[in-house]
Amino acid sequence: MSVLIKTVGFSLGLTLVFTGVANMLPQVEGDAPVDVKVDLSALTMDDFVAMGEDLFNNKGTCTLCHKPAPLGRAPDVQGTNMVAITTERLADERYQGKATDAASYILESMLEPSAYVVAGWGKKGSDDAESPMPAVDKAPIQLSDIEVDAIIAYLQAKDGNEVTVVLPSPDAAAEVAKSDAAPGGAGAAPAPAASGEEAVAKYTCTACHALDNDDTLVGPGLGHVGARLNEGEIRQSIIDPNAVIAEGFPAAMPGDFAEKMTVRELEMIVKLLAEKKQ
Amino acid sequence: MMYRNDFASGRSCWKPSLVAMLLTLLLGFSLSAMVQAAQDTGGESVAQRIAPVGQVWVEGEPAPETEPVAEVATEEAPVYVAPRPTRKDYPDIGVSSRAVVWILAQMHLFFGALVLAVPLFVLIIELVGQSTGDERYDDMAHEFMKISLTGFSITAIFGGTLALALFVLYPDFMGYMMRVFGAQWIVYAGLFFLESFFLYTYYYGWNAMRYGNLKWLHLTLGLLLNGAGMTIMVMANSWATFMMAPSGVNEVGAIVGNIWEVMKGPLWNPINLHRFIANIAFGGAVVGAYAAFKFLSTRDPAKRAHYDWMGYTSNFIALLAFLPLPFAGYWLMAEIYAYSQQMGITAMGGILAWLFIVQAVLIGTILLAANYYLWAGMSRTEGSSRYQWLIKYIALILVVCFLIWVTPHTLLLSASEIAALGGSHHHYLGPLGIMPAKNIAVNLMLIVTFLSFQLYRRSDKVATVSWAPVGNALLVAIYVVAILNVIFLGIYFGYFTNTVYKVGSSVAQVASTLVVIISGIVIDSLMFRGARTLPSHWGRIPDRAQYALFALPIAFTWLMGLMGYVRSSVKTHWHVYTVMQDNSPDNFIPTIGYAGNMITIVTVLFLLFVLFMFWIANLGSSRQPVPVRAAAMEGVA
Repeated sequence: MSVLIKTVGFSLGLTLVFTGVANMLPQVEGDAPVDVKVDLSALTMDDFVAMGEDLFNNKGTCTLCHKPAPLGRAPDVQGTNMVAITTERLADERYQGKATDAASYILESMLEPSAYVVAGWGKKGSDDAESPMPAVDKAPIQLSDIEVDAIIAYLQAKDGNEVTVVLPSPDAAAEVAKSDAAPGGAGAAPAPAASGEEAVAKYTCTACHALDNDDTLVGPGLGHVGARLNEGEIRQSIIDPNAVIAEGFPAAMPGDFAEKMTVRELEMIVKLLAEKKQ
Repeated sequence: MMYRNDFASGRSCWKPSLVAMLLTLLLGFSLSAMVQAAQDTGGESVAQRIAPVGQVWVEGEPAPETEPVAEVATEEAPVYVAPRPTRKDYPDIGVSSRAVVWILAQMHLFFGALVLAVPLFVLIIELVGQSTGDERYDDMAHEFMKISLTGFSITAIFGGTLALALFVLYPDFMGYMMRVFGAQWIVYAGLFFLESFFLYTYYYGWNAMRYGNLKWLHLTLGLLLNGAGMTIMVMANSWATFMMAPSGVNEVGAIVGNIWEVMKGPLWNPINLHRFIANIAFGGAVVGAYAAFKFLSTRDPAKRAHYDWMGYTSNFIALLAFLPLPFAGYWLMAEIYAYSQQMGITAMGGILAWLFIVQAVLIGTILLAANYYLWAGMSRTEGSSRYQWLIKYIALILVVCFLIWVTPHTLLLSASEIAALGGSHHHYLGPLGIMPAKNIAVNLMLIVTFLSFQLYRRSDKVATVSWAPVGNALLVAIYVVAILNVIFLGIYFGYFTNTVYKVGSSVAQVASTLVVIISGIVIDSLMFRGARTLPSHWGRIPDRAQYALFALPIAFTWLMGLMGYVRSSVKTHWHVYTVMQDNSPDNFIPTIGYAGNMITIVTVLFLLFVLFMFWIANLGSSRQPVPVRAAAMEGVA
């Protein structure tokens, strides 16, 4: 019995030592991001910049990688005047993007990080052609357009530069929230599409539907949808997708296209799809 | 105490047995191929299968008129996206659902690791016994199986309870996982039947299949037991790695690949390797504690000799498996970084970074305990005096490296403390807090631990080959160059170049350590071939050394719990990373203190269940004496 007491006592004692060490260390909890309500009618540019700084350090998880040398695994954004360095980067022959100024460059670097990779910071083996950075509007970060604009505002303001992004108004915010905007539309109301193809791209239909064949992605393929449905049925399936759901598919299609699309856009998409008969 | 037996007669009959083994395997493959073929054809008739070829008729004759074949209505498989449960979709049972699942999962994993590992090294020990003809190995292997047998039932009980808890507490998540993995669950359940069959025939058939051809049949059963166990492990691993780095699904979680594409995510094989090695180390450590307990409980010299040898063998297994473990860990972390740099940094440099200080304490404990046991064990052999002068230097290196490893990088300081320190980092100790210093420390600790191991192995031998001095000089040179290389790479690339080179240099450091281990094993095995053996006295070891054999499983168990915490936490607020968000009340990363308390709870629970397992193992071999009164009555009658 004494052996049992001694050995169990030793084992418990050692376990408690490890527990003690764990409890002596700084105790930090990693909270999941929570939705914060911001009163946009009372929002000032200073608030917007502060919001950007908070996003940069927390929800955006930017500081995981963007740290001062030698700790960083990505360029030290906070220690660099991003507005001043934009000209240099846009002039670099390796630059592949479409940005024309600091705001659009910062936006592009967040949404399409591989458009320009700072030398030495590319993915291993990609010869700086591919960035290890995730697009901030996609999972797991999932910043909204307003949040992306707030970060741009912060990165412009922190070095005393003029903030060129527009402060979100309640109306614009509502519009953005509704549109669940595609990349490139941060902070501004999206322009109406000019053709059926453009409208399809604008509302990212192809994320769930194959347009040129009948392959099933998330929703049914639309390669021959015109042979199955008439114009009225197509129209109904867009503006009220849950009225009739293709058999075996989940009710996953957004139900707010009626509020988002212009009448002209809806008709262009209906026409485009109705022609897909063969 | 050597038991030479007629194992040799078994050796002469190995060829037919080997053929039988091969036939068994061939039969297995043929069956699986047949099943596969049946699946491929989908059970269609011959006419249906040739239909796609087209119409067939005799050459030169007109084509026969046939009825047009009605188009077969194809039904597209339904597609399911990952559910998006809200807070109210998670049942509230009054206590933290995560804590419940945490405890059950960890207990299932502890026992699962144990019962997967033990048959693995039992098979190897049995094979050693078969090839050397030393029956002690066979008996020890049998005893290892005996003490872990109850563990299989305990694993199944916790596995079943865990599944139940997950279905009740996380219904949407489990529903999604069931959809993604589909029929794989049925295969998984089926494998349990196979494993149970092989387990019981292997264990209970031990003495019935002890010699000759039957021994090879027994070894085959052991191999099949391990095959079933390993398959179960890698299948279960695929669920965990799918949650960390999903594959075979698109960005909304709809299944776009087949089951193989779902399983073979980027982290699957690194986790498979890491768990495979770690299980062996863990299993060795747990059975070592059993041997230590039995050693301390008896004064019988023969039993003490037996359990000393058993404890030594267990420690040998644990240590041998533990040495390559950090390298498997490197691979896993490299793959995590390659999959998502954000996830990698969350683990290593973000909120979880403090956890690695605790890990350093645990691995330091393991290395110090293992080394101490080896040093104490050197007292068994008279030839060990040749090497004992080195122990103090090894101990010094271990302690210094351990202290470097536990030096934190960032401290939470008050303003006055920062002023007193002259900055947020200490002027001299600050540089010891970052990874390059720790990489140097870890590699040096591994190198000197291998040195302890090598010295111990040499203690009872004297090399007789003529080139022994050259071999020794070569070994010393390899040690010196490797140590200097590890230090140089760490300092130069760690402090004088950027992060990319810093990470790259750690690979070269690991390579240096591996060169020492591999060349040490190769040179020693050649140099001590036909060596003169010095007397060795099993059982001649201080009692206090046995406590090192208790420190090992406790530290291993705690370490496994800690690594489970980090593996699960890097997913942050996702059930399935980037695909299915965790909206439960527990969707945050708990503090290291809370995690430490949880890990202690499961470690103590595990300790209690292991004691129960050992008690049951001994209960089977004890027999109640005939009561005195009854015996007396029988005498009167």
